[in-house]
Amino acid sequence: MNRAKRNNLVGWSFLSIWMVGFLVFTLWPIATSILYSFSNVSIQGSGIVQVWIGLENYRRIFSSAVGFDFLKSVADFAIELLFKVPIITVFAIIIALLLNQKIKFRGLFRGIYFLPVIIASGPVINQLISQGAATIPLVEESGLVDLIGTVLTPDLARPIAGIFSQLIVILWFSGVQILLFIAALQKIDHQTYEAAMIDGAGPWESLWKITIPALSNMITVSVIFTVINLATFSENPAIGHIKRNMFAIDTGFGFASAVAWIYFLALAVMLGLTVFLVRGMQKERARR
Amino acid sequence: MKPTSWIRWKKRLLGRQGNDGILGRFFLYALIVVIGFVYLYPLIKMFVYSIKDLEDLVSPVVEWIPTKIYLENYRTSWIVLNYGKTLLFSLTVTLIPAAVQTITTSLAGYALAKFKMKFKVVVFALILVTYLLPQQVYMIPKYVLFLKLGIMESAWSILLPATFGQGLSSAIFILIFYQFFRMQPAQLDESAEIDGANPYQTFLFIGIPLATPAYLTAFLFSFVWYWNETYLSSLFLGESLYTLQLRLINFQSAFSQAQGISQTIVNESIRYAATILIIVPVLITYIVMQKWFVEGIDRTGVTGE
Repeated sequence: MNRAKRNNLVGWSFLSIWMVGFLVFTLWPIATSILYSFSNVSIQGSGIVQVWIGLENYRRIFSSAVGFDFLKSVADFAIELLFKVPIITVFAIIIALLLNQKIKFRGLFRGIYFLPVIIASGPVINQLISQGAATIPLVEESGLVDLIGTVLTPDLARPIAGIFSQLIVILWFSGVQILLFIAALQKIDHQTYEAAMIDGAGPWESLWKITIPALSNMITVSVIFTVINLATFSENPAIGHIKRNMFAIDTGFGFASAVAWIYFLALAVMLGLTVFLVRGMQKERARR
Repeated sequence: MKPTSWIRWKKRLLGRQGNDGILGRFFLYALIVVIGFVYLYPLIKMFVYSIKDLEDLVSPVVEWIPTKIYLENYRTSWIVLNYGKTLLFSLTVTLIPAAVQTITTSLAGYALAKFKMKFKVVVFALILVTYLLPQQVYMIPKYVLFLKLGIMESAWSILLPATFGQGLSSAIFILIFYQFFRMQPAQLDESAEIDGANPYQTFLFIGIPLATPAYLTAFLFSFVWYWNETYLSSLFLGESLYTLQLRLINFQSAFSQAQGISQTIVNESIRYAATILIIVPVLITYIVMQKWFVEGIDRTGVTGE
């Protein structure tokens, strides 16, 4: 047996466990899920009964009350993303810049800022929100939330007011991103800054001309991570619909699968748009 | 004041580079401490409230310093959560999947990093797809599959996918191991081969020992993510089996069924105490292993090049 052939075989032997798992627990379920979404699926004594109904499930999402509920939660989530992604990204960059300075107790502060990643599960966050520990009283008392309600239409005011009352929770979702940016910052060559300083650039100019461009790839990575992380967070109302519809009498597995695929498509569009926007902004900046 | 001493003072206050002056430093530390407080605020509030008795809880003058330390809340939530037994089950569906998932994903990462294989690009594409595709999309057929396999409502529904590298965030771990194994010098493998080691021995005696940081990081993150996961586990484990997190979701109904507790209604102090009991295991792990969590991301090269 020649070397290339042996390499190939040994490599696949290392990969085999994963490959079997992928076929059984991922690929097959994905294929079946597509079929389900075009079918009426019910569990009966004899097993799963699957009847092909074409696009009916998808049509129902866009024409029934249950479907509208779901679509509304997706729209709400999209508006939330519009605010949360920039807040988290900008905030993570600022913290990373601060933590990258020569400061005392840097390890301690890093530890604190990363802490939420460790403990922020759905139920825990839910407790914090419902018991009010996730809001700083000052934000509530300042009347800011009420003010927003009077200025904007209710549809826009609801998510925005939500953002202010959950500011801590939003910041809690930036732990991983902060570390990503710190890692990127540490890879910037110090000599670049020194050269810029000799040429007369102040810290402000260095920030915009050296630091931010050097972070541009990481900004894209962080934005993708943020969108996926928020989209699959267990307390996200949109994904709550999928599970609820699975066991509802009038909907079932078929309809729930269709909901899941619509959610995935919406997510893909949102992800594509945000990456497109971020990339576009970076190109714009580079041209100037 | 002479002009020169004025300049010296200005330099000391404002610094030469914007942030090395006294004012700049002060501002920097103030900002970091204030933001750090925002992060810790929920935890501090949670802890303070969890040791308040009913009197302190309703009293408008007692906010941050309770008049006494009241541990009954912890006793109550310990009973309601059925802590000992639930913790044991939680650890079963957390530590074991984390361990086996780490092993399987490391094998996959090693394969991709060290061997020229056919269809490698396809495999990479598949791994990326599993990262981007939300679990929600294919969890329904998985549910049906588990029903057929008869592993529904048992720990196996969590363990089996993890064993085959299809657990939580498996894709990320494969990429971590891929990056890490790729950085290991090829000469080491070659000299092992010359000494007569087969590829599996090379992996066992050179690959694994050198990749200890990657293993530790992957295991820790896997552990934490499994601990915090509730969406899938609530679906697959059903009503009869529950982890601590699932117990917290149904705290109200668990409370009304609990025997031998002196408190009669759920108040926020009891809920906070329960929440603390649930984050304590990961919190201790984090405090002990902090370095591996925070530096792990950088060290294992997740951040990419």
